[in-house]
Amino acid sequence: MECWNHKIETMGREDIERMQLSSLKELVSRLYDSSPHYHSRMREAGVLPGDIRSLQDIVRLPSMNKLDLRDNYPDKLFTAPPEDVIRYHVSSGTTGKPTVVGYTRNDIENWSESLARSFASFGLGRKDVIQVSNGYGLFSGGLGMHYGVEKLGAAVVPASTGGTKKQIDLIKDLNVTAIACTPSYLVHMIEVAEGMGLDFRNDTRMRAAILGAEPWSENMRRHIEDRMGIKAQNCYGASELSGPLFTECQEQDGIHIWGDLCLVEVVDPETGEHVGDGERGELVFTMLKREALPIIRYRIGDLSGITWEKCNCGRTHPRLQRLTGRVDDMIIIRGINVFPSQVEHVLGEIDEVTQQYMIVVESRGVMDNMAVQVELDPKAFTDDILALRGISSKVAKALQEVLNVKVDVQLMEPGSLPRFEGKSKRVIDKRVMM
Amino acid sequence: MPQRHVIKQISVFVNNEPGRLAKIARMLSEEGIDICAFNIAEASGFGVFRAIVREPDKAYAKLKERGIIVKETEVIAIPMQDRPGGLFEAAAVLGEAGINIEYGYAYSGKGGATFFIRVDDTEAAIKTLLDRGVKLMHEGDL
Repeated sequence: MECWNHKIETMGREDIERMQLSSLKELVSRLYDSSPHYHSRMREAGVLPGDIRSLQDIVRLPSMNKLDLRDNYPDKLFTAPPEDVIRYHVSSGTTGKPTVVGYTRNDIENWSESLARSFASFGLGRKDVIQVSNGYGLFSGGLGMHYGVEKLGAAVVPASTGGTKKQIDLIKDLNVTAIACTPSYLVHMIEVAEGMGLDFRNDTRMRAAILGAEPWSENMRRHIEDRMGIKAQNCYGASELSGPLFTECQEQDGIHIWGDLCLVEVVDPETGEHVGDGERGELVFTMLKREALPIIRYRIGDLSGITWEKCNCGRTHPRLQRLTGRVDDMIIIRGINVFPSQVEHVLGEIDEVTQQYMIVVESRGVMDNMAVQVELDPKAFTDDILALRGISSKVAKALQEVLNVKVDVQLMEPGSLPRFEGKSKRVIDKRVMM
Repeated sequence: MPQRHVIKQISVFVNNEPGRLAKIARMLSEEGIDICAFNIAEASGFGVFRAIVREPDKAYAKLKERGIIVKETEVIAIPMQDRPGGLFEAAAVLGEAGINIEYGYAYSGKGGATFFIRVDDTEAAIKTLLDRGVKLMHEGDL
């Protein structure tokens, strides 16, 4: 195993947690002393820096979310002296004000370190040529990846977005070995390349892709890996946390979250309490070394679980499981949390249906009733009603197994469900809420 | 030549929503396709519209062009006497021959009544029926 930072990446859980506690204490003391905002938040919560004696005590600290950043636009939460801030990234925000994230030199350094470790964890190194096709600019994706690649010592091709044919030419001509972009862009690129008569498997040296910034399925991963003959690595990050930060290693079995840089908690989205080990819930991030804009107990809205089980690659840091959705998308059916992404995942595994679907929730008497409408794959159509009903029951059974909720499945004509550009609205909730 | 006795039926997948049948029917009408007989099978939430039309291949191609999910399936057409006992005679033959009907429907037109049946093994059923002297219709007879 080639590690970027062998000592840190393979240290035992106790050692990682000792580092986390010491960083946390330092962070909390610094904020209490230097940030009027955090000082008063902590006073309100009745917690003093000295109260943080173990990692469990983190729950005493107030949590924050996107609204805190928005309400304190542009830089009211910053704690570094203005002259120490060397970069700003601004996230557009679909509604209301944008959010601004500032970075000190150390913040950029830690961000790049995190990515360099991640890149090395699936075999990239100095000899690689990495095309960064994430957007450069206010969006943190492009520049974040760029600095990570430079830190790794590989060559960077700062392609940014657009000009797909030119990008494909560059991949070929510059012997590009890996690309960072969104999964949907890479799928588009595969199609364009096909039109140009280029086969990634034989005509290029591509061997990996770093994909993130939007949800994607295992099916999409297989599609990309098959068509390009590469490893497609899932990448996690968020503008508030820096930008792209962590990826899977070569095992593709969860995203390694570097514990010395970042402490992740998993809480019940309703109660805010910690869930049991390995259980899923809302992710709460504390960036232990951030200087310009501290991120403490940041409720990011993503749902997943973490495991501390040592990875087959030998790395010991906690691993993030596949995201199951966003807190904002969650629907509660008969007391059970259901996420559209879970439905999408199940549908992706069944050949007879497509991934075009709608979820319709209704009250039926006192009970909630959940129906999934899904388009039949044209190839699966048969004149045999029993066989068609068999498809519905197969889908219903698979959904029920994953969701623990009984689901009525309705097969639909291909093309009959609404299509969405951008953010999709796949849930119709007709329940009368009290 | 059992093949001559195979009648092509078109089967269309339809959402169980108001207006879906009208949509298909309008398309067939616009393409000038003449429907001899049809039937609608309903399952939870969806249906299959099945029709015997004068030009099944054309109907199939035209519907497919318009993005409709359509399949051609094979059925057998047995002429029936359009009088009391007509169905009994036809059904008795099928029963005696041990032919299992998946589904069937009938129409009664100018040239008499016809019973369309879908069986699991079309060729074997045609052979059995012909061997027993049962008259079967050809596509051109419709």
